Amino acid sequence: MSFRVGVVTFPGSLDDRDAARAVEMAGGTAVPLFHASDDLKEVQAVVLPGGFSYGDYLRCGAIARFAPIMNSIVTAANHGFPVLGICNGFQVLCESHLLPGALTRNSNLHFLCRDQKLKIENTNTIWTNGFKPGQEILIPLKNGEGSFQCDDETLNMLESQGRVIARYLDFDPNGSRNLIAGISNERGNVVGLMPHPEHAIESLTGPSTDGLTFFTSVLHQLVGR
Amino acid sequence: MALDTVTTATQNPDTKQPFAELGLKDDEYARIKTILGRRPTSSELAMYSVMWSEHCSYKSSKVHLKQFGEKAVKSDALLVGIGENAGVVDIGQNYAITFKIESHNHPSFIEPYQGAATGVGGIVRDILTMGARPIAVMDPLRFGLADAPDTRRVLPGIVAGIGGYGNCLGLPNIGGEIVFDETYAGNPLVNALCVGVMKHEDIKLATAHGTGNLVVLFGAKTGGDGIGGVSVLASETFNAAKPTKRPSVQVGDPFAEKVLIECCLEIFKADLVIGIQDLGGAGLSCATSELASAGSGGMQINLEKVPLRDPSLSPEEILMSESQERMCAIVAPEKIKHFMAICKKWDVTATVIGEVTSGDRLHITFNGELIVDVPPRTVAHDGPVYNRPIKKPAYVDELAKSIFEVPLPTAPDEVKAAVLKLIASPNIADKSWVTSQYDKYVQGNTVLAQPEDSGLIRIDEETHLGVAVSTDANARWSYLDPYEGAKLALAESCRNIATSGAKPLAVTNCLNFGSPEDPGVMWQFAETVRGLADAALELGLPITGGNVSFYNQTGSVAILPTPVIGVLGVIQDVRKRTPMGIPEADLDLYVIGKYNSNLSGSEWAYLHGEIGNAAPVADLDMEKRLVNFLLDGQPIFESAHDVSNGGLAATLVEAVLKNQVGARVDLNDVANALFSETPGRVLVAIKSSATNEIVNLAGKYQIPIYKIGTTGGSDLEINEAVISIAELSKAHTETFPKLFG
Repeated sequence: MSFRVGVVTFPGSLDDRDAARAVEMAGGTAVPLFHASDDLKEVQAVVLPGGFSYGDYLRCGAIARFAPIMNSIVTAANHGFPVLGICNGFQVLCESHLLPGALTRNSNLHFLCRDQKLKIENTNTIWTNGFKPGQEILIPLKNGEGSFQCDDETLNMLESQGRVIARYLDFDPNGSRNLIAGISNERGNVVGLMPHPEHAIESLTGPSTDGLTFFTSVLHQLVGR
Repeated sequence: MALDTVTTATQNPDTKQPFAELGLKDDEYARIKTILGRRPTSSELAMYSVMWSEHCSYKSSKVHLKQFGEKAVKSDALLVGIGENAGVVDIGQNYAITFKIESHNHPSFIEPYQGAATGVGGIVRDILTMGARPIAVMDPLRFGLADAPDTRRVLPGIVAGIGGYGNCLGLPNIGGEIVFDETYAGNPLVNALCVGVMKHEDIKLATAHGTGNLVVLFGAKTGGDGIGGVSVLASETFNAAKPTKRPSVQVGDPFAEKVLIECCLEIFKADLVIGIQDLGGAGLSCATSELASAGSGGMQINLEKVPLRDPSLSPEEILMSESQERMCAIVAPEKIKHFMAICKKWDVTATVIGEVTSGDRLHITFNGELIVDVPPRTVAHDGPVYNRPIKKPAYVDELAKSIFEVPLPTAPDEVKAAVLKLIASPNIADKSWVTSQYDKYVQGNTVLAQPEDSGLIRIDEETHLGVAVSTDANARWSYLDPYEGAKLALAESCRNIATSGAKPLAVTNCLNFGSPEDPGVMWQFAETVRGLADAALELGLPITGGNVSFYNQTGSVAILPTPVIGVLGVIQDVRKRTPMGIPEADLDLYVIGKYNSNLSGSEWAYLHGEIGNAAPVADLDMEKRLVNFLLDGQPIFESAHDVSNGGLAATLVEAVLKNQVGARVDLNDVANALFSETPGRVLVAIKSSATNEIVNLAGKYQIPIYKIGTTGGSDLEINEAVISIAELSKAHTETFPKLFG
């Protein structure tokens, strides 16, 4: 049986088809999940894709967290179910309190789309176990509100527990605290990442194929079970 | 105010009506009375005024534009031609592509963010209306001088608006242009291009057939924004003495449009509509009259059913509102339940507002009272046609006789300084400050995007079929000679497509000009259309549609004639595309195409305050051979980059900077060789093992080739001038952040 990874579509989700392509390219079966249903359709992991859920006219992700599908995802995530939130998905995870902190407007107040170097800081999560510790990767970053902010206490906790999974390298794109590009929950099953690994899965359309490892990581973990 | 019904209009024939304020001339008003046999009601007057505006009726351009049809080549690729919302082209494998450019110039000057945002929204709905999924956008832009204070207001707002709307729709922005010239100071140009893909059987048309079929309005609710956008705003010159036109600018809601796209595509997939039309310029007036006019019967609309954002709107305002993110569909009664269910799934408001009738009139009632009773064709398609006076402006011959001089550097340090000056000038400088505010990755099919010669999108992941799109204009050449300027713009756009490895297939255009009431502007326009029609015929390409924007004029200052030409190309295997950047060291560099020293209209001349005296003469036979050379030689090209604005100097620097691979070239008559913008040339890099092949190609297609140097190192060496990549990069990239923060 192939491994089923759900990709959620909220109204305003944009990178849902791209995330599904990445899942398939990694060898999984992408299962579309719709925001209005709480049915996880027996998937073994979920990706919350990028976009502007509900237009994000309020705080990014603030409305999406109330979608019926999120009830099921939060419950499952608290029991170790793998969840990856990319960009808007990361914002939704913060609003849902599955991850701490918040994503605020980029420090220069512009939307920014660029090929961004990252350093992988933690390879012990379900979504990053395929990387080498300290591996440098290149994947697209594209957002208007990607500046990760939290209080000092939370920052110390994230750093001391090794929950920063990736950091911006060579260039500070948005003013995130400690150049944080992605974090995980304590258990390592929930990961939020501001850059877009699903846009770096084939050299024809992306700056590298480094992004694919996020998707193969979860599949290997699931195979191992 | 009492409702002005058809009965009232008949009983009170002499009521004074504000037709002039709505932009109608005396004779146009008289003509409406003749058509109706009475004075129009205020609602009818509102409809005629917006639909007969220059923007909607093409009344000054129509007599010229018909050449596009008359001179057109017979093309099997053209599935839907001029007249529909957008042209549709067959690219094989049962795929059809629709693409079009529209202008949103006037609103973007008044309110840059919303003006530009709704420009994107409008063109995307045009593409969606054809039954296609929108897959990419491009934005050719023109501004006043880069360091002018107002440019700092207008440019950041327009860029943020395009990004804010397009990014939120999930459409990759894959190209465009940014050009500065003082004539655009009061009239910046915001042209927006959208490309969409569908299967042949999914093509939809804007037509209302079948008595008893329902007229459904869906999408956003109707508000008071954008009233008079097309008539008051886009069909008049700006005048400082008149009151602000800001209330005529529409306000966009990209989220509403994104769900509307998904909702429409699901509706199309279930085959639930007979005809469909988007609501853009002229709003409901346009949608109802065009659907009815293109159909076989009449139409009855109950205007009070239109869902309103502002309940105080009068019927006239409802008819004229240009509220965004709305569509109008014709749906058979037995399919309406399914249609409504899909709208509900996407939380899109949908309301049956009328039905197709057996008569030949468009009837609109408001709470049971008849307020519009017109033959729809007279509103939508039989508007006034003007044969405006044409006169060749005196400047053309005066310039042609003039002599101009610009400094021509010779010593190595002069050459170095000149190259650095050129590449730092706003028209040539790196545009990442702008393009990094656009998402180019979304949808995961972008193979090439700006600053590449053309944007290239994968259509099919299995077969690797793809399309390329490029937009080009050289307004300075068009100013010197609009006939040649149009031909050269089309040739350049085709060349850009072929440079990336795709075959040119079809043409669209957005013709931006000053006031048609000025005979000199009208001459520029007429010559441009003649040039474009002739060039398309000679190159064997169909023109699939287009857009005209007049009145880009403040007082007596008209913009440079700016025909923006878009070309669509097809590439059978996107993996074989040719990128612009030199990929590695030890390659041979060639310039393909005939070289003449010519600085007229060049960036180098412009930098010295000169426009030149004569545009180059387009050699389309050679351009055709060059396209075939490029397509045939594609397997041996490691990189290819068109020589255009900024001449070979700009081309070399861009090719070097893309992957930070240096080059060394030897040039005779170095200044002219670097800065001449002789059309019909491409810089290519090949392995020296491919020398025989490129020589053979040159013979086969009768195209001169010049080996100018080799690649490698960390400098660009031009004869004895040595410029490091670091110096080039600094000069090229610093300009925009310095200007715009």
